[in-house]
Amino acid sequence: MAEVEIKVENLVYAKPRLITDTVMHYCPGCSHGTVHKLIAEVIDEMGLEGKTIAVSPVGCSVFAYNYIDVDWIEAAHGRACAVATAVKRLHPQHMVFTYQGDGDLSAIGTAETIHAAARGENIVTVFINNAIYGMTGGQMSPTTLLGMKTATTPYGRDAGLNGFPYKVSDMLAHLDGVTYITRQSVHTPANVRKCKKAIRKAFENSLAGNGYSMVEVVATCSSGWKLTPVEANKWLEENLLSVYPLGDIKCSNLPK
Amino acid sequence: MADREVKLMKGNEVIAHAAVRCGCDGYFGYPITPQSEVMETLMELKPWETTGMVVLQAESEVSSINMVYGGAATGKKVMTSSSSPGVSLMSEGLSYLAACELPCLVVNCQRGGPGLGTIQPSQGDYFQACKGGGHGDYHLIVLAPASVQEMYDFVELGFDLAFKYRIPSMLLADGAIGQMMEKVVLSPQKPRRSDEQIVQECGSWAAHGKGGRKQRNIVTSLFMQPDELEEVNNHLQAKYRQIEAAEVRYEEFMCDDAEYVLVAFGLSARICSATVEMAREEGIKLGLLRPITLYPYPYEPLKKMAERGVKGFMSVELNTGQMIEDVRLAVEGQTPVAHYGRTGGIIFNPESVLEALKNNLLK
Amino acid sequence: MKETIIIAGFGGQGVLSMGKILAYSGIMQDLEVTWMPSYGPEMRGGTANVTVIISDKRISSPISDSYDTAIVLNQQSMDKFESKVKPGGVLIYDTNGITQPPTRTDIEIYTIDAAAESARMGQAKMFNTMILGGYLSVKPIVEMEYVMQGLKKSLPERAWKFLPQNEAAIKHGAQIIKQVQ
Repeated sequence: MAEVEIKVENLVYAKPRLITDTVMHYCPGCSHGTVHKLIAEVIDEMGLEGKTIAVSPVGCSVFAYNYIDVDWIEAAHGRACAVATAVKRLHPQHMVFTYQGDGDLSAIGTAETIHAAARGENIVTVFINNAIYGMTGGQMSPTTLLGMKTATTPYGRDAGLNGFPYKVSDMLAHLDGVTYITRQSVHTPANVRKCKKAIRKAFENSLAGNGYSMVEVVATCSSGWKLTPVEANKWLEENLLSVYPLGDIKCSNLPK
Repeated sequence: MADREVKLMKGNEVIAHAAVRCGCDGYFGYPITPQSEVMETLMELKPWETTGMVVLQAESEVSSINMVYGGAATGKKVMTSSSSPGVSLMSEGLSYLAACELPCLVVNCQRGGPGLGTIQPSQGDYFQACKGGGHGDYHLIVLAPASVQEMYDFVELGFDLAFKYRIPSMLLADGAIGQMMEKVVLSPQKPRRSDEQIVQECGSWAAHGKGGRKQRNIVTSLFMQPDELEEVNNHLQAKYRQIEAAEVRYEEFMCDDAEYVLVAFGLSARICSATVEMAREEGIKLGLLRPITLYPYPYEPLKKMAERGVKGFMSVELNTGQMIEDVRLAVEGQTPVAHYGRTGGIIFNPESVLEALKNNLLK
Repeated sequence: MKETIIIAGFGGQGVLSMGKILAYSGIMQDLEVTWMPSYGPEMRGGTANVTVIISDKRISSPISDSYDTAIVLNQQSMDKFESKVKPGGVLIYDTNGITQPPTRTDIEIYTIDAAAESARMGQAKMFNTMILGGYLSVKPIVEMEYVMQGLKKSLPERAWKFLPQNEAAIKHGAQIIKQVQ
């Protein structure tokens, strides 16, 4: 098939410049690709390509470094915020962000995350919360909803047996070092646009030296949830958003 | 003479001074006895106001080693220090640092174990430092200081070797050397490397922002293709062979005519050198070989001694027998190898080492 | 010349700093020194001790089990270290707090009532330098000129205003030490 040349004036959409040509390994319907795209656009629009240092997690987005064309450091499981802390302190003029899922951040990385946030490190965390471990095959994560079936809660998460889920962003919002914290999603075009704005705001907050910022993205995992992409978006809206409601949670300045 | 700065300082204190003066970019640590003076001294020195060095107290050793990982991944000269239980927590990070070939310095001021053990000195982490500790096939360069001056000197040496080979260096000390004061000659302040210098030296691999580079740098140890990971391992092993060929350091004391040789590192070597003097007074031809690098280990000089007809070796360690395995490997069964050690934080004295030698080898 | 000294007493008596002044004095005279403390919970109110070795040659072992001199400032330390003084060695103790005086007959024994004397003078903090002065009069291993330099080096700058009192205490210590055996 011959390639169709699109005139510039007719071009309404293109792959962001900073998204590489590497074929993504994400499942159909996964939110990661969309969020990657938003981050790539924000970095490009803010002219931060040369001065961004990103930290990737362990989990489905372990390969995030293959997709966004900036310098990356792959952290050990849960340690991204510790890694980013040192990177930012040693490179205070750079844009430093971590990209982490709920397994990485809210389970094994709880200490590193809370302490980086509490210290008010000038870093951004993009927190993808799909309430499940995707990479390892759909096990329960700390943010898995009560009643939700996963590989390790085959009869549904039971509070007595498995404990309660917790709200990372709400918890972090109590910390003085945290100045911007918001919960977004990318399950509709309108939400995608809002999410991008939030990411940009977080990046600006961080570059301004205004402490720790987090953009939580309530996300889908159609494979882990055993749903089609369309069903997954619907399930997200009907189930996750009531526990993890969208919107800004904190927007402030560092205490004097 | 005039510009020679001579001080009386603790081993732990000189680690801090050496770090600042050799142009270290960052220290990340967590308090643990018996080495907390390292960070305390740094905080007192406030190097962020002079050289621009970053000093940060982390929430755990897990975090501090990962801060070191982050800093090292950007090409900066970064370090941490801890003691045995803390270094166990760092083992994960050390494996990642080694896998990603990141230069850095880790100081272990050993205390007695296993478990929470004691805060008193020990050399019980020899295996952990030299044979792994973390997962996978990797090595650290391991330096064993035996004096406060060496505590000072080995900080810079550790960094130099780390950057030369892109490998984490470990300074394997113990609580006694950390707490002991001796005379130390401080070196003049060196400037930290500029960002331009770092780009020049580490720009081919470090993730310090693409800047003008076309290709992004990615620091990772994830290689899902079997061939690819094996290639990484082969590359690491080739580097280790190179280090083994070029960087073995040791010191011999009265070994030329020795019929028996003590092998000891760090504090134990200091004690053993007094044993050698005592033994010589009694007419026993005793020598001492002190490995300065524990990895790479001085197998060759030990082997040569065995071939020349040394009648016995005794590995003297503050543990139940760890380095003895390397002494045995070195002499390849040609010569009897004994061990003498104490644990629990008990330090043997020169007399008891001599007695052990008589009981083990001179009977 | 090689002198191995143990200084032992309660934490807070200035045991470690007395050792530090002595070690620094040795450095000022271009001698080799080691200062090896007991450390840990003992530092926090219990017994504290430090081994100082001063030598004109490189010091091999910083660890020793027998001493040329023991300076003993409480009964626990007397119990522990009296037997470890080398035959012909020196034992110095402050009578304050010693309920069972030493019984060895093969060593030189000195007493120094520094606790009482420094309290009488209203300078209880000069207790340790007074004892140091007593020791140095028995064993003048470092010249007084270098002791004074070592004293200054081992005190933080904020304490330099107490240098004259410390110097006086060192000299006074030499006056009040008594040989009892």
